[in-house]
Amino acid sequence: MAACPSIAWNSVDSMSSLDEERLWVAYGNYLAGKVIFLAGLSLLCAGLLIMAVSLGPVRLPVPEVLRTLVGSASDERLRIIIFNIRLPQALAALLAGAGLAAAGAAMQSILRNPLGSPFTLGLSQAGAFGAAFAVMVLGSGFMQPGQTTVLTIVKPWLTTASAFAGCMLISLVIIAIAGRRGATPEVMVLSGVALGALCSAGTMFLQYFADDVQLAAMLFWSFGDSGRAGWREVAIMAVMVAAALLFFACNRWNYNAMAAGDETARSLGVRVERVRLLGMITASAVTACIVSFLGIIGFVGLICPHVVRRLIGDDHRFVMPGAALVGAALLLAADTAARQLLAPHVLPVAILTAFLGAPAFLSILISRQR
Amino acid sequence: MMLEVDKLRMGYSNGRIILHDLGFTLQPGQILTILGPNGVGKTSLLRCVNAMLRPWSGQVLLDNIKVAAMAKQKIARNFGYVSQRAEGAGMTAFDAVLLGRKPHLRWHSSRADLQKTDGALRRLGLAHLALRRTDELSGGELQKVCIARALVQEPRVLLLDEPTSSLDLKNQLEILQIIRRVADEQRVGVVITLHDLNLALRFMDRFLLVRQGRVFAAGSPEQLTTEMISAVYDVQVDIVRHKGRLLVVPDQPAS
Repeated sequence: MAACPSIAWNSVDSMSSLDEERLWVAYGNYLAGKVIFLAGLSLLCAGLLIMAVSLGPVRLPVPEVLRTLVGSASDERLRIIIFNIRLPQALAALLAGAGLAAAGAAMQSILRNPLGSPFTLGLSQAGAFGAAFAVMVLGSGFMQPGQTTVLTIVKPWLTTASAFAGCMLISLVIIAIAGRRGATPEVMVLSGVALGALCSAGTMFLQYFADDVQLAAMLFWSFGDSGRAGWREVAIMAVMVAAALLFFACNRWNYNAMAAGDETARSLGVRVERVRLLGMITASAVTACIVSFLGIIGFVGLICPHVVRRLIGDDHRFVMPGAALVGAALLLAADTAARQLLAPHVLPVAILTAFLGAPAFLSILISRQR
Repeated sequence: MMLEVDKLRMGYSNGRIILHDLGFTLQPGQILTILGPNGVGKTSLLRCVNAMLRPWSGQVLLDNIKVAAMAKQKIARNFGYVSQRAEGAGMTAFDAVLLGRKPHLRWHSSRADLQKTDGALRRLGLAHLALRRTDELSGGELQKVCIARALVQEPRVLLLDEPTSSLDLKNQLEILQIIRRVADEQRVGVVITLHDLNLALRFMDRFLLVRQGRVFAAGSPEQLTTEMISAVYDVQVDIVRHKGRLLVVPDQPAS
């Protein structure tokens, strides 16, 4: 039976002798291109960070900024502007962009749905409701017209926990819907819209019983604004975003395997259900953290992963860090622009991302139709 | 004795039984073909072997160790599986085949992993498509990518669910010759489901004829009779010998 005619084998063998180039070397070069892309994005983020710190009502020269950042400047006024106002805000925008974009990339892969993101699946709204619930009912924060911040959260962990609970509840419902047979991307996004509306209704219910100050607080709160983060919030977000990125990095091969189909992933030893559940929990947790500190910032989590996938392909070894870097760059740039556009008025960054994101969202829908 | 499948019983939650106490054994280097009409539980049987499905009762032993009790990663190192439906994705063919090394990876893919992937792509004649996205490949090319992935997995047992279903005549022969070689040279045991009885007769060492979830007959190619085929497939056939090969010639559906 092993006696096979040689015709077919010859054709296979001749093809390999014709193609002398070593494939794995070509593949290595192909990967190197992606690494260079990521390195370029990192540089862009660093540049944008310095620009964000230097631009504002008082324009600070870049050399001065750099000197102050490394601690060799003597100007106390400069030090206060940079370390108390601009740097925390810039870092908050950077971290929030990275976290939301990575969470969006993870959700798109986990749900195998190009329209997955914290915003489209109603998670942002759920987190906002949870945070508002904590502010109103549990008394975790109050409004305080201050120099730099509008809202001070006196119990950040309670707010985060409450927002986290809201996000988790919604994400579990979405996992349940996604697990059902025949749940198309459209069904899931529409259920996300429905759940988001439900959460908005809950927030409105709370708002109805709020007094003037609380109402103003909640309205301002729902505008995603990186300006309300202090060093404490930045530190918590940094830990959460770093942990989430590490988790996604550990699962990159699992996500790649799942992209080839659940069956294939299972046959490669991936515990698909567990990876899905833990991924959604991680994405929800990082979203909850960002939303509870900064408010709703839409579209970053949806658009950035698409930009990265289009530029460097679907390999999760690169999509996750790539999405995080593009998200960081986008939100940092948007935040800087929002502070500059209507100066001396400062726009919350969420308004700008919504203006940018909605057309991008539509273009994804239209390009999918084709 | 390498692979021992013993009295597998499995069904749906509504009580309909798919596999009735089905069993077989497989030696290293052997190709076992599961034959039977659509819907008799061939795919379920394959998935029970590598514990992707959990049978109600019965067990699968690899060298006398229960497969169901092994860690998922260990199962993946021992069993390669190619499903009937190949799915493309936004990754390159090289990436898709490299995934087969996943059960052996720790953190990074090593040079050896890349070289093995390189070899498998060449072996299946996919070298020119290595950096093409898999969702741009044809059905047959994608199926070959999936087979290459199972090969770089370096399993001891290959489970192939109709691996030639979307291939043309030349590719069907090529793939089965490659599988025959892998079985002969690397002593890999192969369990394969095929609809084409002539391909099966040509490449298999043994067959397992399944009817309604039960083993109807089993044996070597020479032991397959027209009566067995007629009884299982409900088709009258002739078995003829042509240039030393057994051929099944369908006559007409049994009334």
